[in-house]
Amino acid sequence: MSGKLGLDAGTVRRARTLAAKAGRPVVDLARSHTTVSVERAVLRLAGVHGADSDGIPWVNRLVDAVRADVGLGHGVAVPVFHAMAAEGVEDVTVLAQKAAAGSVRFHVPAKKADVTAARRAATRATRHGLTTIDRRRAERDRMIKRYGDPAQRPWIYLIVATGDIYEDIPQAQAAARAGADVIAVIRSTGQSLLDYVPEGATREGFAGTYATQENFRLMRAALDDVSRELGRYVRLTNYASGLCMPEIAALAGLERLDMMLNDSMYGILFRDINPIRTFVDQRFSRQVHARAGIIINTGEDNYLTTADAVEAAHTVTVSQLLNEYFAHEAGLADWQLGLGHAFEINPDLPESFRLELAHALLARELFPDAPLKWMPPTKHMTGDVFRGNLLDGFFNLAGTMTGQGILLVGMMTEAVVTPWLSDRDIALQNVRYVLGAAGGLHEDFVPAPGGFIQRRAHQVLDEAVELLEKIADDTLLNAIADGTFGIMKRPADRGKGLDGVAEHDEDYFNPVTIALEGAQ
Amino acid sequence: MSIIRPYGDTTGDGMVQLSFTLPIPHDKRAEGAALQLASKMGMDPAMLVHAKQMGEAFTFFVVYGRVHHLVDTDKVQVVERDFPLLSAKEINAVIKQRLRRRLTVVGACIGTDAHTVGIDAILNVKGIAGEKGLEYYREMSVTNMGAQVSVPDLVETARAQKADAVLVSQVVTQRDAHLQNTRAMSAAFREAMPAGKRPLLIVGGPRFDELMAGELGVDRIFGRGTTPREVASYLVHALIGAAA
Repeated sequence: MSGKLGLDAGTVRRARTLAAKAGRPVVDLARSHTTVSVERAVLRLAGVHGADSDGIPWVNRLVDAVRADVGLGHGVAVPVFHAMAAEGVEDVTVLAQKAAAGSVRFHVPAKKADVTAARRAATRATRHGLTTIDRRRAERDRMIKRYGDPAQRPWIYLIVATGDIYEDIPQAQAAARAGADVIAVIRSTGQSLLDYVPEGATREGFAGTYATQENFRLMRAALDDVSRELGRYVRLTNYASGLCMPEIAALAGLERLDMMLNDSMYGILFRDINPIRTFVDQRFSRQVHARAGIIINTGEDNYLTTADAVEAAHTVTVSQLLNEYFAHEAGLADWQLGLGHAFEINPDLPESFRLELAHALLARELFPDAPLKWMPPTKHMTGDVFRGNLLDGFFNLAGTMTGQGILLVGMMTEAVVTPWLSDRDIALQNVRYVLGAAGGLHEDFVPAPGGFIQRRAHQVLDEAVELLEKIADDTLLNAIADGTFGIMKRPADRGKGLDGVAEHDEDYFNPVTIALEGAQ
Repeated sequence: MSIIRPYGDTTGDGMVQLSFTLPIPHDKRAEGAALQLASKMGMDPAMLVHAKQMGEAFTFFVVYGRVHHLVDTDKVQVVERDFPLLSAKEINAVIKQRLRRRLTVVGACIGTDAHTVGIDAILNVKGIAGEKGLEYYREMSVTNMGAQVSVPDLVETARAQKADAVLVSQVVTQRDAHLQNTRAMSAAFREAMPAGKRPLLIVGGPRFDELMAGELGVDRIFGRGTTPREVASYLVHALIGAAA
């Protein structure tokens, strides 16, 4: 690979090899552990739905009951489906209700025939959930065929976040009519730390709207209407992050969401979620996304909001390579990798725009078949909305010059207010002007050989390889514990959600993982 | 000179610019409506320089015009914060230079309150409103105990960590739970540790009256809209003294 930056093919190969070496032990860990959320996702796919009168989902009640009796190490599928047979219960939600009332005891059957029967029943039930996901994916393919993809790249990605799903819907539809190709519904602050998925349509959130199955369904239906109206398939994004990653991934597949935020380390670094919990949950959630045809968005932009965007540029590359490795291992294809990066260099720094171009092009050249998610400036948005609009214009220009796949529309009122109607309109006007005036500029933009941009890109790649060498020697878990990424120290034996992790027993059985890995 | 007017390009011209949206489609009447608003706001004459319809039912306007209001700078009243607001860099520098060790903070939601929104906004790196939380400060060592922490656990952790400050968040206010929990917390710390050894006690939440600190037995109360930087600045001010 030489491309526009003349990157050394050997160095690129070395970077990938090191990423795999660093990631491998984490994958092994993920393959030998399960979590409460993985098990709840299995039961959701098997058909458990709804919540008790306190709003605690029946899947939580059921997994808690199984865990209290036999632990998590066997997987919940066999104890649950054995109990169904023993109790003569047909509906797994009804079993959850009985278990919550304390009238069912769970155990792993001693007789081999009983185990086989339970495994078979669990496989049948979860196959039903996976078939729904497959149908949703086919539905998306059909709609894209009928209505078409956006006419231009990058796709224009806009955020709505009122806290009230019924307010979000008209805002999302208006945004789509104004040119948005992808709508993201930001989640309520704090949802990532809830160890359950709230139920039903919600009208109250803190700086965002709760991710629930019903909210997913309502928004997808509204965007289907507007897709029909516009003759363009409008995609929907939400967040598979936090403590319920696997369940949210399952719900996203069931309700035909199109993109999901899913980063390998975000929860660990920025939410202090236990590293092992995160990696186990992440692998399962990515396997589900792979099956559902969902494009993941990774969160490298976040490193640059905490660390300096020039000094830490190589940590973005390292994280992208790790995210790519984990994603491929989980069965995601290149077209599903919306690897993240951001325009966050201090605009007062001389040649800041050339540095941005170097970093953005490096990501483009390293991952030629990934859509890449290009994130707007936030850290250096000051409240000076005029300067902010100019900065967003340069961000848009860098995006089109370097062929980014998904462009999150920057708001000049970033850090001031949640976007007003007019802010969004001005921001979209900015994007349209740049894409209209310079949409094909990436064809002409070839940095001078040996010039500033090429040299900077080479430097960042070299630094990334250096850091990967350190991580691969020291192991990724230790690197995270030592504060290598985004300056936070996160040891593997600390953090939220650790008590929801269990090592597989020898007879661990998970029909969903088996089906997803068999399909790869 | 204490009497001033806005400045466009000539001293005393009183020129200002204004932008806003009205919930009507763009036509002559809409432009008239925009000018009427500007006029009622005191712009005279007002010039409509830009109008653009957004979607079906909204129009965005930019208006330039003259206002006749006078501003007396001698009569400006400002509520002064009793501690200086520092940047993250300055805060780290003060701790490093004057405290010469990391400043230790323990945070929690106590009682039955499961709303970690507040404590997470202040402590998590993610932060709030574009500001990083206290975990982001290199010179601070932060323990976030999360939700539903019992008061004895909190006191024990504060002691084990040798906390310089304890931050407690309370969102739920049913039957004054936030006040009772806070009193129980401050009493427990008074009982467990002598005055000189006690960490700085801080509570925060949207429904607290910031003037009730003494009554509740804490050193400081932070209300709605508090950002991590304000809390960090206060910690440095209260624990280390005047900033460098």
